[in-house]
Amino acid sequence: MITFDQTTKTYEGGVTAVNGVDFTVDKGNIVVLLGPSGCGKTTLLRMVNRLETISDGSITIDGEDSMSLDQIALRRKIGYVIQSNGLFPNMTIEENVMIVPDLLGWKKKEKRERFNKLMEMIGLSGEKFGKRYPHELSGGQQQRIGVIRALAADPPVMLMDEPFGALDPIIREKIQDEFLQIQREVKKTILFVSHDIDEAIKMADKIVLLRGGEVMQYDTPSEMLVRPKNEFVREFFGKDRAIKSLSLHTIKDLQEVIGLVNVDETIEDTITIHIRHDLRNTLSMLLNQEADQVIVVDDDDHRLGAITIDLVQKYLHFEIKAKPTLVQKG
Amino acid sequence: MDKWMKFLEVNAPRIFDLAIEHTILVGLAILVALMIGVPLGIYLTTNDYLAETVLQIASVMLTIPSIALFGIMIPVFSIVNQGIGFVPAFVALVLYSQLPIIRNTYTAIKNVSPEMRDAAKGLGMKTSQRLLRVEIPNAFPIIMAGIRTAVVLNIGIGVIAAYIGAGGLGVLITQGISRGDNYLIISGSIAVAILAMIADGILLFIQKRYTPKSIAN
Amino acid sequence: MNKKKIMSRIVSILVYALVAVFFIWAISNSYFDYIFSESGTFLHLLKQHLQLVLVSSLLAVVVALPVGILVTRRSFRRAEWIVSNTVNLGQTIPSLAVLALMISILGIGFKTAVFALFIYSLLPMYRNTVAGIDSIDENLIDAARGMGMKPIQILFRIELPNASYSILAGIRTAVVLNIGTAALAYVVGGGGLGVWIFTGIQLFDNGYLISGAIPVTLLAIFVDYLLRLLERKIVPKGSKPPQET
Repeated sequence: MITFDQTTKTYEGGVTAVNGVDFTVDKGNIVVLLGPSGCGKTTLLRMVNRLETISDGSITIDGEDSMSLDQIALRRKIGYVIQSNGLFPNMTIEENVMIVPDLLGWKKKEKRERFNKLMEMIGLSGEKFGKRYPHELSGGQQQRIGVIRALAADPPVMLMDEPFGALDPIIREKIQDEFLQIQREVKKTILFVSHDIDEAIKMADKIVLLRGGEVMQYDTPSEMLVRPKNEFVREFFGKDRAIKSLSLHTIKDLQEVIGLVNVDETIEDTITIHIRHDLRNTLSMLLNQEADQVIVVDDDDHRLGAITIDLVQKYLHFEIKAKPTLVQKG
Repeated sequence: MDKWMKFLEVNAPRIFDLAIEHTILVGLAILVALMIGVPLGIYLTTNDYLAETVLQIASVMLTIPSIALFGIMIPVFSIVNQGIGFVPAFVALVLYSQLPIIRNTYTAIKNVSPEMRDAAKGLGMKTSQRLLRVEIPNAFPIIMAGIRTAVVLNIGIGVIAAYIGAGGLGVLITQGISRGDNYLIISGSIAVAILAMIADGILLFIQKRYTPKSIAN
Repeated sequence: MNKKKIMSRIVSILVYALVAVFFIWAISNSYFDYIFSESGTFLHLLKQHLQLVLVSSLLAVVVALPVGILVTRRSFRRAEWIVSNTVNLGQTIPSLAVLALMISILGIGFKTAVFALFIYSLLPMYRNTVAGIDSIDENLIDAARGMGMKPIQILFRIELPNASYSILAGIRTAVVLNIGTAALAYVVGGGGLGVWIFTGIQLFDNGYLISGAIPVTLLAIFVDYLLRLLERKIVPKGSKPPQET
């Protein structure tokens, strides 16, 4: 758990980057710090592991005031992932991933086991990649290594500074999914900086929307989309908020509310989609493929039915009806 | 300070003459080095195997200590009765200049982006037009940097050339050593340092002045 | 084999042939004879030469690297400008002058030569140390700090390994340069193989010239090669060497 209490950052020249920020990241949650560039989100993140000093107020981690802890010890308990992966070119992949355990004095055997386990999580072979160097890996692989490096010593808290920002959209999407999968397993308390609204909606349990170093709204993604607190929040999420909100719902949600249609066997060459896929992606799939239907399958590739544009539209209407605030400017 | 004034009063014209001599030696060597090095560097971009060989030879050449190279050249050039004086010094300086000039020309032309080259081709430029209008202008700052390295290097090596009778500012230093006259040594050294800075400054100015604005950074 | 390969082969064969012709010519004129007829003197001069280079280079490494590391620390950043400019200015002074000026301070002899060579080796080593450390991506340092590495750990595990290519290249440049400059040590009475080169110049004796100059040349080329091999061994595989300059 991370608690910000009137946290403030003022630079020497008198510029205030972060101003009286108050919120709490619950244990096992992902909170995304979102906002335009210069809103103070990265500064706020870096104050947690004290790469930036705290001018006023406090940050408490699991009940302990971060200022009361030893800086080095504090940082070793917090995983840190940055946009340009920050892998050390002089070290092999294994050395890179195991750097914090190494600093903490883990035994060789423990390190090897941990490394292999972490590599398994991201679907790479520890055997095969361990001895390679970062430049021999693709950008996506490097970024995944960056993520598991932060997880290496199993820190309760993780800080992620636009970790997927440098990747191309298709790979980014994949790694986001993979990371959420990992998070379901490891349940870290995560503070995540992003400037990408879609990413924020997808990753966040809660979003902190910042402007000029101040919190505009702190809420769950759906609340923020449905009930923006002020004009800035409303505009930030844009006119297509309704469409965006679709990414908060999966096909399963739709199935539970209005059910799927039967598969039209006369259409050849239809694509399949997993039931836990979000509706926004499903919609864009339907539109882009110009397909009349997409077949929905479960974990065992069992056909559950089909989804159509009509169906998604119906669900959207249902949503709109259920949440009147969305109608105003939808 | 008084002593310096007196020293300069007597020696200033001579220092000036020696500086001119030094400049001519280095200047001529660089000119010839350019006439060999730039075309060669450009040609090498068409043959990577040859480029590797030539650059390797030039880099070994640069590791040969100057006084040793002079020592080798005296016997060789005395075959044609030019063992001592301008000729061996000149040849040595030309050789030393080759690496920086060839290498920088080669890398600079190689680094001109393929897109740019394609665009030039697409516009229907002939090879010579492409070279003169696209590749050389874009490679210019790096080629100039190579020339500057060569010039500063040569001004320094030119000092040693005084030992084989090639004249120049080195004469002040060698005389100073044999006579135990610090004024000569210091004035010679400062003159060399100033000459190097002036030459580098002028070349830098030319480099900046004639670099296309869009690629200057 | 294509035409381009053949051309490159021809050029290298020509160069080898030229070198061979030179050696045959020099040997047939018995220009190398002093090495054998005065082998005692030769070995003494060679030993002196090596001592000059070794002692001065070691001293320079011991001074230049720590200074380079020190000025790249956050708290010393401001000093970097002053140190770098002083050192740069120093390099425009000809090596011969550095040697000569040392006479008036330290007199004549081995120590003077060592000191002058030491001074002259500082720049390439210092400059490459600073450049190597400066060229490391800020993000790497940030990541290292964020993971809780101490400054000393960052230096030894991140900065130095990743700067090692540049640092070692600086040392190599300095040492090779030093071998040549040590041949000038004769003028300050520092001995070394330069003694024969200068004797050759003064006496117009091709034998002394070649017997002095060729060993110095070979020494420089050999040491350069050796240090390149060492670089390849030491530099971590992942820290890609930047383009040669």
